[in-house]
Amino acid sequence: MRRRDFLWLLSCASSAGLLPGCMRSIVRGDPYEASPFGNVRLLHFTDCHAQLLPIYFREPNVNIGIAGASGRPPHLVGRHFLEYIGAAAGSSDAHAFTYLDFAAAAEQFGKVGGFAHLKTLIDRQRDEAGEGNSLLLDGGDTWQGSATALWTRGRDMVYACNLLGVDIMTGHWEFTYRDDEVLQNIERFDGEFIAQNVRVTEDALFDGVAAYDEDSGHAFKPYTIREVGGRRVAVIGQAFPYTPIANPRRFIPDWTFGIRDDDMQELVDRVRENEKVDAVIVLSHNGMDVDVKMAGRVSGVDAILGGHTHDGVPHPLIIENAGGKTLVTNAGSNGKFLAVLDLDIGNGKVNDYRYRLLPVFANLLPADSAMQAYIDDVRRPYLDKLQEPLAVAESLLYRRGNFNGTFDQVICDALREVRGADISLSPGFRWGTSVLPGDTITMERVMDQTAMTYPETYVRDMSGAEIKTILESVADNLFHTDPYLQQGGDMVRVGGLNFSCDPTASMNYRIADMTLDDGRTLDAGKKYKVAGWATTGSESPGEPVWEVLAEYLRAKKTIRVDKLNTPVLKNVAGNAGLADYSGALE
Amino acid sequence: MKVHRRLMLKGMLALGAIAAWPRLLLAARPDSAFSANDADKAIADLFGQIPLDSDQVKMKIPDIAENGAVVPVTVSTDLDNVESISIVVVNNPTPLAAVFLLTPRSIPSVAVRIKMGQTSQVRALVSAGGNLYSTSKDVKVTIGGCGG
Repeated sequence: MRRRDFLWLLSCASSAGLLPGCMRSIVRGDPYEASPFGNVRLLHFTDCHAQLLPIYFREPNVNIGIAGASGRPPHLVGRHFLEYIGAAAGSSDAHAFTYLDFAAAAEQFGKVGGFAHLKTLIDRQRDEAGEGNSLLLDGGDTWQGSATALWTRGRDMVYACNLLGVDIMTGHWEFTYRDDEVLQNIERFDGEFIAQNVRVTEDALFDGVAAYDEDSGHAFKPYTIREVGGRRVAVIGQAFPYTPIANPRRFIPDWTFGIRDDDMQELVDRVRENEKVDAVIVLSHNGMDVDVKMAGRVSGVDAILGGHTHDGVPHPLIIENAGGKTLVTNAGSNGKFLAVLDLDIGNGKVNDYRYRLLPVFANLLPADSAMQAYIDDVRRPYLDKLQEPLAVAESLLYRRGNFNGTFDQVICDALREVRGADISLSPGFRWGTSVLPGDTITMERVMDQTAMTYPETYVRDMSGAEIKTILESVADNLFHTDPYLQQGGDMVRVGGLNFSCDPTASMNYRIADMTLDDGRTLDAGKKYKVAGWATTGSESPGEPVWEVLAEYLRAKKTIRVDKLNTPVLKNVAGNAGLADYSGALE
Repeated sequence: MKVHRRLMLKGMLALGAIAAWPRLLLAARPDSAFSANDADKAIADLFGQIPLDSDQVKMKIPDIAENGAVVPVTVSTDLDNVESISIVVVNNPTPLAAVFLLTPRSIPSVAVRIKMGQTSQVRALVSAGGNLYSTSKDVKVTIGGCGG
C-alpha cells in the first residue's frame, strides 16, 4: 500500500468516526488525488496569519471590483464565484471558496487549515513529486495573527515553518515587529527570506546600517536560484510594497519599500541572461490586482504566486505582456488552502502547467504528530489565557468583506460603549477568524481579531470634516481605479456612524450622507468623540483593544449582531462582487 | 542604464562641487520662480517656454509616498548637452522644488528628497540643447492604516 492510500484511509476513518456519515458522503473519492504532471512542483501557501490550529474562515459577500477589475476574479462573490469555478451549491468547493450558507456548511465540513493538517497534505504532495522535485513557498503574513505569535514575537511561527519545510518566504506583517526582531527571526528561519523591493534608506546606509547588498541597497536577498527536478528555477521575492504606510514605520525606520516594477524588470532580465534559468517565479505579497497590473508591465516572469488580498482563486489569471504570458494566482488565507503548481519544464522554458488550489479540510487530513506535538508545546504556557470563555455568539461572527463584518461591529460597539464615544473606528484588516452561532467566544478568538504590535486604543475629539477625510482616504486606498494606488485592505469599520459610499466616484466624492446612529446629521465643523485603535503614527495612550473587547464580552455574556454600520452603496448594484448585502443599494 | 549607488553618490558629490564653484551659475538663482504659487508660472519664469513630453526624461518616484516630508525622487536622461534638471510639485504652495544646473560633461542624473503637502502631480523638466523636455507622474500622499 502506498503512503498516500494509507493516509487517505486513515482520514476517512477519522472523519467517519468523528462525523458519522457526514464528510465522507459529501466529498466523493479523494479530493487531493491527481495524476502525475510535469517535472517541477511548486507548493504555495500565503497569509496564514499564524493560525496553527484549524479554524473557520468565512469568505466575503462584498469584494467589489472597480473599473478593469469589475466582474473578474477575485472580485466575484457567492453564486458568481460558483459559476466561475463550476462548483455546485452545497459542495465542499462551494464552502471553501464562498460565504454561501456558511454556518450550516461549516458544521457539515468542519474546520479548515491548521499546521498539523497542512503538514500532512504538504508531505503527501512532496512525496508524490519525488525527492528534490518540489519547493515550498510561503507568501508571508505568517508571523502575525494569533495570540501565541504576538506573545512569542513571531518565533512560534518561524519554528512551525521550519517543521513544515518552508524553503522560501517573503513578508508583510513580519515587518510589524521591530527591525532587530525581524532579523533575528530570519536567522532562526531554515529557509530563505527574499524581497527585491525592500531597500535600506540612503541615510541608514550612511550610518552603517547593515544591508544584504550595500551597493544596491537591498535589505534582503532579492532572489534565489534553486535546482528543482534537475531544472533551475529562479524565485524573486516581492514584499508588501506599502508596509511603512499601511503599518507603523516606527518599527522599521531604516527600510523603504515600493512596488519598484522597473527594478523587477531589470532583475528578471539579468537573471534570465546570467543565471541560465528554466523558469522565473515571483513570490509576491502585492495583492492580486497589483499583481495583475505588474504582470502586464513586467515581462519574462512565468508565474506570480500572490497573496495579501486573501483571495482564494482556484484558476490562475493569464496576463499578456510584451514578452509573452504570465500566470497570476492568489492562494487565500488562514491556512485554508494549499496551492500546487505543477510545471512541465524542458528546453529551458515552461511548456505547460497545472494549477490546483486545494482546500485544507482538517477532517480529511490526519494531524501530523510531530507538528501537533510542537503546537501543543507552544500553546501550553498560554492555555489558561487562550481558553478563557468570554461570551457566547448568537450570530455568526466574521470580519472579511469590504465593509463592516459582524465581528468588526462587535469591536466597534465595544469601543463606543467601554470608552464612551459617539463614533468608533476599526481598521479593515482582512485577517481574523470566524465564530459559529452557538459557539463560545474565547480570548483566543478575540486575539485572532486583534493580536498585533500596535493594539493601543485612543479616544479623541474629531470634527465631522476630519472624520470624512479619514473615510475618503481609506475608500480611495480600496477603490482607486489604479491598483498601484490601492493598499489592499478593506474599508475602515465604523460604529455609531452611517454614510453612503459610491465606490465608482473619485477621491473626496465617494462618501456622503453621514449621520449618527440617532439620526442626527454629522456637522463638518462640530467635534465628536471618536474611539479607535491601531494608529500607525505614534503609539496611542489607551489600553490594548483586546482588553476593551474582552471587558465588553464578559459583561454582555451573549452577543447578537442585529445592525451593521455598513454604508448605503451607490452605483454598484449588479456588481459581481456584491451579494446578500446588509445595507441599501442605490 | 543602471546607476550603481556608489556611482550615483560620486555623481552627487560631483554635482555639489559644481554647484559650489561657478559663481555665475549661482548668481542666476531664479527667486521669482521659486516663490511662484503656480506650477506653470514657475516654469514660464524659469524657461520662458512650454515643455515637450518626452520618454527620454526618466523619473523614479514612489506611487504612494511613505512619508510626504521626504519623498525620494531621481531624475535622469539620455539626452545630450543637458543644461539643467528641475522638479515641480504641482499642488505644493510653491511648486518649484529644485533646479540643478549641469555642465555638458556631468552625468545627467540627480537624486533629491522633496516635500509634498498633499497628493500631487510631480513633473521633471530637462533643459537640453536649448529645448525643454518633461515627464510627470501622480504621487499619492495618504494617511496610513489598514492593509491586509
